[in-house]
Amino acid sequence: MSDSLINFIYIISSVMFIMGIKMLGKAETARKGNFVSAAGMLVAVLVTLFDKKILDAGDPLSWAILAGSLAVGIVIGLIAAKKVKMTSMPEMVALLNGFGGLASLLVAWAEFHFADVKNTMPADFSKFAIIAAILIGGITFTGSMYAWGKLSGKISGKPKVYAGQKAVNALLAAVMVLVSAIFVFVGNFEACMALMIASIVLSLILGFAAVMPIGGGDMPVVISLLNSLSGLAASAAGFVIQNNVLIVAGCLVGASGVILTVIMCKSMNRTLSNVLFSGFGSAGHKSDKAVEGEMKPMSVDDAYYVLEAAQNVVFIPGYGMAVAQAQHTVKELAEILENNGAEVCFAIHPVAGRMPGHMNVLLAEADVPYEQLKEMEEANRILEAADVAIVIGANDVVNPAAAEDKGSPIYGMPIIEAYKAKTVLALKRGKGAGFSGLENGLFFRPNTRMIYGDAKATINELVAKFKEK
Amino acid sequence: MEIILLLFIFTLAAFLGFELISKVPSQLHTPLMSGSNAISGITIVGALLSTAGTEGSTFATVLGAAALVLATINVVGGYMVTDRMLAMFKKKGDK
Repeated sequence: MSDSLINFIYIISSVMFIMGIKMLGKAETARKGNFVSAAGMLVAVLVTLFDKKILDAGDPLSWAILAGSLAVGIVIGLIAAKKVKMTSMPEMVALLNGFGGLASLLVAWAEFHFADVKNTMPADFSKFAIIAAILIGGITFTGSMYAWGKLSGKISGKPKVYAGQKAVNALLAAVMVLVSAIFVFVGNFEACMALMIASIVLSLILGFAAVMPIGGGDMPVVISLLNSLSGLAASAAGFVIQNNVLIVAGCLVGASGVILTVIMCKSMNRTLSNVLFSGFGSAGHKSDKAVEGEMKPMSVDDAYYVLEAAQNVVFIPGYGMAVAQAQHTVKELAEILENNGAEVCFAIHPVAGRMPGHMNVLLAEADVPYEQLKEMEEANRILEAADVAIVIGANDVVNPAAAEDKGSPIYGMPIIEAYKAKTVLALKRGKGAGFSGLENGLFFRPNTRMIYGDAKATINELVAKFKEK
Repeated sequence: MEIILLLFIFTLAAFLGFELISKVPSQLHTPLMSGSNAISGITIVGALLSTAGTEGSTFATVLGAAALVLATINVVGGYMVTDRMLAMFKKKGDK
């Protein structure tokens, strides 16, 4: 196939990606949109196989390598996608992100290595693109791996901070940029190779270092940002091999990822730089306002009577529901309450959980119809008239300090106003504070009752009580 | 000129990306993220070219092949998992 025909078909692929992303933004068309974009990808891959570079190489060995690599990737991808539990979705997205970033890094590396073998130094701009793909890809890779570790519980989700961390990170970044700049302007292959390897190492270290001080609760922001970066890495790789479909598709992902990142930041009323650089909850923020009152526990029996009489119940799920894998049991209880004559809905905070939309995915898995899932504003209107609000493993997103306590680090963050309900039942493992280490005033309110223990077990008991009667 | 043209495309694509999604219901945040993540696996095209187009340098071919495996996992895993999630979003009464 001629280059112009291939490029023409790349345009078709790009259009399919654009339509795909557009359709993914609407509930009715989302699934079709994903399909359209997947088809666009298939078209792009197939037409690439007719590229001169690949056809000219055309010996059996290189075909075998291509086919083998594709087959391995397809098998691993399929198995991973089928096996992964919905509760593990944040880790899965982080992992895939990291792979994409690393792939872009490797493409740039391979191109430069090949240029070395041919002994033709690429133009300055190409070298700039190579180093950009390497830096962005490297940061995306280790940043995503670290996020994956935190999300899957392999590493503690607590922010890791040490004195002078910001200075160290800034220095790392400065050295990395300097080394990269020299790479672009040095004309000697040996020196360039060394500088490139140094940049790879530095970018990998920086990815770790940058995600280290960010706490588990800020992961929705980090994941969407890394998603955006993996797109930019692909786009940079596109400049390396001068391929327009890479540039367009990568850039689309980069830009739309930024939008999602901004949405997440707004939901926490924080700026991106605050999320990335502040080491939340660790910097000496101390509220001057002590939380008053005491936490009042309630037995499951009493909770049953409260729920039995309730006309209007709002569930407020948080990360704790994901940890306890309680979504199916929660849905069972919701159904029972509905049959008992109560109005039931779920109040979803945009940053509840560990990735954007985490709670929606879990509840959808449990077959909760999405009309029952209410976004924050609507949920707060419903809560004013609610008899019971059941808080399941959510903490900071229902903390009234965000609205009332100016000294609180989460002051200004929009919350789900659980305290407006007549009775609040808070399901919680123990008496500890949330990820941010903040006391939650909600749990001390006169209308709040605590039910300690594993959320899933507690709800199971409630379900059993309803079935007995 | 070639480079300017590519930069031109890049800039327009950036603006398009910003405009493309405006009000996304929070329900779709995760699928949108994993779906666009799969698109960033477009680097698979670059990996194909650097695997096959680097004859004479075994090391470059190896790098390309590794990139190809990773990008393929990204693409296949990303699209499948997104579809799995979207298949779960049903309205009341849908079967």
